[in-house]
Amino acid sequence: MRVKSLSLTFANGLKLFDGIDFSVDEGERVAIIGRNGAGKSTLLRAALGMIPRSKSEGEWLYGEPMHNISGRKRRRLLCQVGFIHQRHNLVPRATALTNVIHGAMVRYHPSFRVWNQALAPAHLRDEGMELLERVGLADRALNRASALSGGQSQRVAIARALMQRPKLVIADEPVASLDPVAGEEVMELFSRLVAEQNSTLIFVSHHLPHAVHYADRILGVRDGRIDLNCAADAKSIEELGNIYGDNDDDDD
Amino acid sequence: MTTTSPPTRLHSFKPINFAFGVAGLALLIASFNAIEFDIFEILEGGPRLTRLLGQMWPLNFPAVPRLLDQLWITFLMAICGTSLGIVISLPLVLFAARNLTPHPIVRFVVRTFISFCRTVPDLIWALIFVIVVGLGPIAGALAIMMDSIGFLGKFFSEASEEQDVGPQEAIKAMGGSRLDVAMSVVLPSAMPAFTSDALFAMEKAVRASVILGLVGAGGIGMELKVSMDLFQYETAAMIILLIFCLVVAVEQVSNRLRGAIIGGH
Repeated sequence: MRVKSLSLTFANGLKLFDGIDFSVDEGERVAIIGRNGAGKSTLLRAALGMIPRSKSEGEWLYGEPMHNISGRKRRRLLCQVGFIHQRHNLVPRATALTNVIHGAMVRYHPSFRVWNQALAPAHLRDEGMELLERVGLADRALNRASALSGGQSQRVAIARALMQRPKLVIADEPVASLDPVAGEEVMELFSRLVAEQNSTLIFVSHHLPHAVHYADRILGVRDGRIDLNCAADAKSIEELGNIYGDNDDDDD
Repeated sequence: MTTTSPPTRLHSFKPINFAFGVAGLALLIASFNAIEFDIFEILEGGPRLTRLLGQMWPLNFPAVPRLLDQLWITFLMAICGTSLGIVISLPLVLFAARNLTPHPIVRFVVRTFISFCRTVPDLIWALIFVIVVGLGPIAGALAIMMDSIGFLGKFFSEASEEQDVGPQEAIKAMGGSRLDVAMSVVLPSAMPAFTSDALFAMEKAVRASVILGLVGAGGIGMELKVSMDLFQYETAAMIILLIFCLVVAVEQVSNRLRGAIIGGH
């Protein structure tokens, strides 16, 4: 999997990336680190064509250029990517099980769609329950997402992403909104489940020990370019910390 | 020592604002002049009002069973019209809401249609449908339907636009289509707002359905017009009382339901 000469220009003419290149091997776990505003999340979103009113060029996702392709084709490619957001982004009024089953709705496009656990076929409900069990929330299946704690919500979001059976999982600071204990639990669970599915993993993290522990390789982003690309065990945490320093012109 | 002085008291006072104020006042005075508003003339009408009220008494109780029949039809006409309005407005949201529309031009066209439904008064819709489908409650129900589309199309779309974008982005990021976003995120999230709006439309429709009868669109309004035309004021008074009871009852039930829905949220 390869990102080739990715460029992003916003509608106001601001150019954030100019020809970014990196590749990720199948089954590899990659952490992206960098200062706030360095463009980590934007890089992932741009590569998925998720930034409206901007112009981006380059290739992404199995050699397919993500831009200037039809909406339908783009959606078919996005189906293969499980995206875990910083804030879980569950549907608050839907139950935990319904939220998990949403992950399956794109697997069958366009033959049929599932929007609610009550209307979902039996095998999808079973699969959803199994995933909820694996994230330890089977007993909360019929609780609304709004009734779950931050850590529980993020675990449901992980189950939803895995329900897609994604080839690639992208996590944008998955534990940033959680307390350290819950964050550690979620990160551990998340990394284990992704490994069990043999999916490729790219995650953004501000927590350097997480990056070192859960990734095979680390990419450092600074000023809209890749400043660091090394194996996770090649540098000490102090050395990795340099990516955050010596930079006063914070661009956003 | 440096001190920061407070801002001037009339910091937003500008000549242009003053000019608008004067113009508004002039318009107000001109309006009252144009309708020849005369408080004494109104007071002179007092005795006539007393006479009318006297003629309305005693209320025509024997007519109640027949009137209840007509009131029931009025109520059902409101239910049918609002339901049709809801059924048509919901899919329109897919095109009229900013977060769901396939293209801004589509949104503009659909919103224009919705505005048109809303700006044409229900009485005029009723006149049109009386010509198209003939006298009777069907014309009334269709008029209410058009009015409900205008009202609900706008409010449903706005409720849809107000929903949190996070979950919508999540569904889009996993390859979901507009319809997926609408059905899995917007519909469940906006359901309390949709229900509350629909109940408002219902109340509005019950009040409107009474008036629509006046132009021949069936129901109790037709009875009211006939009894007024025939100077049967005691029947007219009975009808007004029944309408009042119906409107209050519908408002009460609707308020309870709305409270339960918002409370359950």
